[in-house]
Amino acid sequence: MIYWQVFLAFFIPGIVGYGGGPASIPLVENEVVDRYGWLTVQDFSEMLAMANALPGPIATKMAGYIGFQQAGILGSVIGVFATVAPSLLFMIVLLSVLNKFKDSPKVKKMTMLIRPTIAILLGIMAFSFFQTSYENTGLWETIFLIVVSFLLLEKLKVHPAFVIIGALSFGAIFLS
Amino acid sequence: MTQWHIFLAFFRVGILGYGGGPSSIPLVQKEVVEKYKWLNDEDFANTLALGNSLPGPIATKMAGYIGYRVAGVVGMLNAILATILPTIVIMIILLTFLSSMSDKPWVQGMTQAVIPVVGVMLAVLTYDFLKKAKGGLGWTLTIVLAVVSLGLIEWLGIHPGILIAVLLIYAIAKPTKKTKDQDTEIPQEEGQSI
Repeated sequence: MIYWQVFLAFFIPGIVGYGGGPASIPLVENEVVDRYGWLTVQDFSEMLAMANALPGPIATKMAGYIGFQQAGILGSVIGVFATVAPSLLFMIVLLSVLNKFKDSPKVKKMTMLIRPTIAILLGIMAFSFFQTSYENTGLWETIFLIVVSFLLLEKLKVHPAFVIIGALSFGAIFLS
Repeated sequence: MTQWHIFLAFFRVGILGYGGGPSSIPLVQKEVVEKYKWLNDEDFANTLALGNSLPGPIATKMAGYIGYRVAGVVGMLNAILATILPTIVIMIILLTFLSSMSDKPWVQGMTQAVIPVVGVMLAVLTYDFLKKAKGGLGWTLTIVLAVVSLGLIEWLGIHPGILIAVLLIYAIAKPTKKTKDQDTEIPQEEGQSI
């Protein structure tokens, strides 16, 4: 049963998440936090922070870890399989047949039309992370971390891994 | 030998590509086109274009298809595992270690401090998606779709997967006609016919 749930939880983001792994983050959150309750918002953000600090594709890191946490190694394999296999299968079948459709305005339109929805999903998550931080850590610390990490990431283009490490050290020293 | 090269190529992509699959595309191109010459530039561009038009993570779609094309089903599995396995293992080890110490105050401080930072990353991603949507749809439609999505997801509790599926079906079913954004694609088509 748990294996089936793990499969479903990652199959759905894999099949409706257009725009690569990052676009499927809010869809994964919707399944594992809201629907199945495997992780709290805090757990999820912790995991996402770690996933962002590590190299490699983000969707499979989440699926691999959450699958492992819920149902061991087999769960991890199932989570990754559900994320990867459906879209890959499409790709291999379609590429042999449908190469000519890649410029089709309909296909472009499909990717285009769902972007605002994905943006909203990401925005909702960002908001709930800020809210969690405000409730657990306090207003000024939250604002400080937001401003500093935004400046480092976007203005100074510091690598996310270093920003995450910086935040972890800050937390270990000042928020403990 | 080919299998070993496939493994090396995608292992490097997986271990060096930060920021998720989409940001590792240039690395894939470097290995597959420039270093091993499995695909030429045009093939690679075609593969990427189709990969982008399908759902799901892009890194594994690229790895799987290129591995399959170069060395069959074994090549496909090899390429995917090389892309994802190293980082999944590191992730599981680190997070398991961290959560085993989760009652220590300094670990709690760490997890608290990281939440707003992830929030910022997501907010930046939000902005990127809105900007990209604006490029193709124009501000009006982008904002309308964004507001409608927000209402449906947050207040009516509709599953985002359903909402996205409906939008995709709409895009397929709707006869292709010109939208209002004159700035990019339309002038070509209409200007040429004269």
